[in-house]
Amino acid sequence: MSAATEHVEHAGHGHNTDEHDPHHTPSDRYFIKVALFLALLTAAETATYWVPLGAFATPSLLLMMVIKFWIIIRIFMHLKYDSKIFGTMFYIGLGLAVFVFCVFLFTFQFFEKFW
Amino acid sequence: MAIIERPSSVPAVVGDATSPALVTPTEALGVFKRPVSSTGWKSWVFTVDHKKLGIMYGVVALFFFLVGGAEALLIRLQLAAPDNTVLSADLYNQMFTMHATTMVFLFVMPMAAAFANYFLPLQIGARDVAFPRINALGFWLFLFGGIFLNTSWFLGGAADGGWFMYSPNSSPLYSPSHGIDFWLLGLQITGIASLIGAINLIVTIINMRAPGMSLMRMPVFTWMQLVTQFLLLFAMPVITVALFLLGFQRNFGAAFFDVEKGADPLLWQHLFWIFGHPEVYIIILPSFGIISEVLPTFARKPLFGYKFVVFSGAAIGFVGWGVWAHHMFASGLGPVSVAVFSAATMLIAIPTGVKICNWTLTLWGGKLWFTTAMNFAISVIVLFTIGGLSGVTHASAPADTQQTDTYHIVAHFHYVIVGGAVMGLFAGFYFWWPKMFGKLLSERLGKWNFWLMFFGVNLTFAPMHILGMQGQPRRMVVWPEKLTGEGFFNLGFWNQVATWGSFMIATGVLVFIINIVVTTKKGAKAPLDPWDARTLEWITASPPKEHNFDRVPTVHALDEFFHRKYEEVDSDSGTRLVKVKTAEEILAEEEANADTNIHLPSPSYWPIVLAFGFPIIAYGVIYNLLLSVVGLAIVLLGIFGWVLEPSVADDSDYDPPVDGSGPTKELASIG
Amino acid sequence: MADIAVHESEPAHDDHGHGHDDGHGAHVTSTGLSNNKLAMWLFLGSECLLFGGLISTYMLYRGRRGDDPGPAQLFDIPLTSVSSFVLLMSSLTMVLAVNAAKRNEHSNTSLWLIVTGLLGALFVGGQVYEFTVFYNEGVGFTTSLFASSFFTLTGFHGVHVAIGVIMLMATAAIAKRGRISGDKAEVVEMVGLYWHFVDVVWVVIFTLVYLIPA
Repeated sequence: MSAATEHVEHAGHGHNTDEHDPHHTPSDRYFIKVALFLALLTAAETATYWVPLGAFATPSLLLMMVIKFWIIIRIFMHLKYDSKIFGTMFYIGLGLAVFVFCVFLFTFQFFEKFW
Repeated sequence: MAIIERPSSVPAVVGDATSPALVTPTEALGVFKRPVSSTGWKSWVFTVDHKKLGIMYGVVALFFFLVGGAEALLIRLQLAAPDNTVLSADLYNQMFTMHATTMVFLFVMPMAAAFANYFLPLQIGARDVAFPRINALGFWLFLFGGIFLNTSWFLGGAADGGWFMYSPNSSPLYSPSHGIDFWLLGLQITGIASLIGAINLIVTIINMRAPGMSLMRMPVFTWMQLVTQFLLLFAMPVITVALFLLGFQRNFGAAFFDVEKGADPLLWQHLFWIFGHPEVYIIILPSFGIISEVLPTFARKPLFGYKFVVFSGAAIGFVGWGVWAHHMFASGLGPVSVAVFSAATMLIAIPTGVKICNWTLTLWGGKLWFTTAMNFAISVIVLFTIGGLSGVTHASAPADTQQTDTYHIVAHFHYVIVGGAVMGLFAGFYFWWPKMFGKLLSERLGKWNFWLMFFGVNLTFAPMHILGMQGQPRRMVVWPEKLTGEGFFNLGFWNQVATWGSFMIATGVLVFIINIVVTTKKGAKAPLDPWDARTLEWITASPPKEHNFDRVPTVHALDEFFHRKYEEVDSDSGTRLVKVKTAEEILAEEEANADTNIHLPSPSYWPIVLAFGFPIIAYGVIYNLLLSVVGLAIVLLGIFGWVLEPSVADDSDYDPPVDGSGPTKELASIG
Repeated sequence: MADIAVHESEPAHDDHGHGHDDGHGAHVTSTGLSNNKLAMWLFLGSECLLFGGLISTYMLYRGRRGDDPGPAQLFDIPLTSVSSFVLLMSSLTMVLAVNAAKRNEHSNTSLWLIVTGLLGALFVGGQVYEFTVFYNEGVGFTTSLFASSFFTLTGFHGVHVAIGVIMLMATAAIAKRGRISGDKAEVVEMVGLYWHFVDVVWVVIFTLVYLIPA
């Protein structure tokens, strides 16, 4: 059956048929480089414990957190290379969570200290 | 004639060009073979067939409807007279808590799930859902969770803090019995069912549609269920958090709602209502979907503004996440929050209004056929609008400040839930009964059922607007004689009317039960297409064969079934619709072109085993943690059994047919 | 856990028109996407709401502790950052496992899965140690609102990690015996998605709970 033989060639990629860019999987070396970058960021985050940043502490920590989050989602979890549908499912949940709980904290005047 | 094969147990080699790349059964580590009975009780207990599961969901939900109804009647009896003594205060608190909990979580939601389970795959042209065993697990979790919750009645008293369970009322200090623990643990168990069911149905709808069925050709019921499942997916985790926090407080001493330790009671309210508001859309959207099928069928017209109905459903689901604090206007949120939520709540009336317009315009100019299903569907438009209008008044925070905690609110939500969701479900019963059971419910009894319920709903809940405006508070065991009032607004009179109305509803429900019994015993066989319907689920036998469709249909249009029956013919007086095929002909054509290799998911022991562990864990939390360890062990055993069982049953496991001609390839008929 | 969805093979008149089995025992789907993977992403989307609720509860209550010890007195940032690093590296070993599975390297797959599990277990061990230290310093689950919220949030996360470790070890064991039916790479990938999500939640917790000055 041709579909089966076709797929033997693609066995190394192991993706289902997909219009977006289904067969690109980063190499081991690429993943290691990304992991090293994430480790560096973690070190920078930890460094804030010893290096006082004053008013910049919170924004820079949040920024680093978001960058790490984004990289893990997009590269380690493969969303960058996968069909948009997977990402949409997750982003809806993520977006709802961030929105709803920010509003929640807002009603408790949680953010008042920031302005 | 379709040949249903149970694939052989020889594992297929991946990419083997000589054998078709089918399901690859494994040689199992699993101890058990998969069950194979196709008749008898085993075929129900171990089934993964969405239709059987749908029926089971429906039967259990109907039972809980009667339980919740009895609880309501007791409440109404207590409130029929001032300073009444039918129920003690303690029992009264339990009664209204359990009435609401039962109706919302054990009746309306599972009944919608029953219809979703049965009809979603049929409406999209699939043979089952994406994860049949998970589907079965969901049902057993619902059943066991519901039973567990209700054993509280016999084990020291049921939950008594209201279905919304506000803190600090819910703490052990004010509610020392185990009732609330039963409540929160029972809801955790049923909550798992809702969550996994949501994942299952979303994947099914997205991934298992028949060829040609694009999203904008899906029936509206399917669309509304898609939105509902997304709401469930994202709302359930929030109440899960709330229930865990409450459980930790009550059972392990955590301080979450302990005001003395600095807790804020509003934490519970927010968490509960962030779930609770999407929950009410979860309750109503399936019924909106049902009537969106029923109204066009019996108006003999396509649904007016299909796209608007679909998009407004999605809009309701979306905006519904931004309005939850309208349940908290009187809780001290502060003017900014109150204003924002008030505005958002008014906004959400818009997409609902769009739907009402579209349904009404569907009826306009149609050739209306007033079957019982149609009556129920039209009543949804009327009754939900009434409920929606009182809801709009509640959206205005100043008005709500007077109305909150009074019977005005009770009037509102009963109109929308009973008048909207429940009447919609009844429309579904009458509409789809012939498809599910091959028999038509009696229209004569149906008319009695409908009118008793319609008048009953109005008699029960309309007076509550007056009672609320006159100041009768919610959740109060008695209303005192001295506050009864005079003249038209006399509390006594309207409370009595409401009680009589509730018994009228009960009578209507009784007629429905009688209708079911009579139809089952003596009902005539229904024609394949009694209503001249429009959507794909009607291109099946009645009841459908186990594999649903002999040939997976290819879809060319919205209302595919209708377009196969009718063609537009141009003539001098404009286009007319001419019937070119009957349902019987279409079905015969499908049968003649049946697919030759149909593989169905095999039944499994593990869903019921796995589900059984959870109430054990729950009893352990309340009584003895060792029991929880046992329950956890059962759950782990269940998971490993599930993962390791053979993916399909072995051929040799099937009972040979009587004539000894080899393993059975035939299927049993359902029910 | 790859449940077998219902599918049909081609009808008799051999029409290859609309996407068929890709030879892995996977099924024809309307989008061409895997049911299992879609299900896992939906689940992870819902988990965002779960952890959002727990994190918000913590953020609300973190200052409410009376005279009992709080974050500044209790937290050991150097230790916790080592834990974070361990979990981060486990995400790396996880993608290496997935890559190995896609290349059909069975023993490498199992190896990386086991390493990931061990790193995860190390993380959980670190958490248990940390909780014990706090308890010995007078801060238990019921001590204050800060304590209850902290232990609930990190406890839920820790349980998720522990469940992940069990899944990793079980998958490694089953894979080694060649018992995973269907698409083996997909099963490893799904475990991986869960594992990375657990890591990403920790990324958020580490910053919001430990690092951002109260």
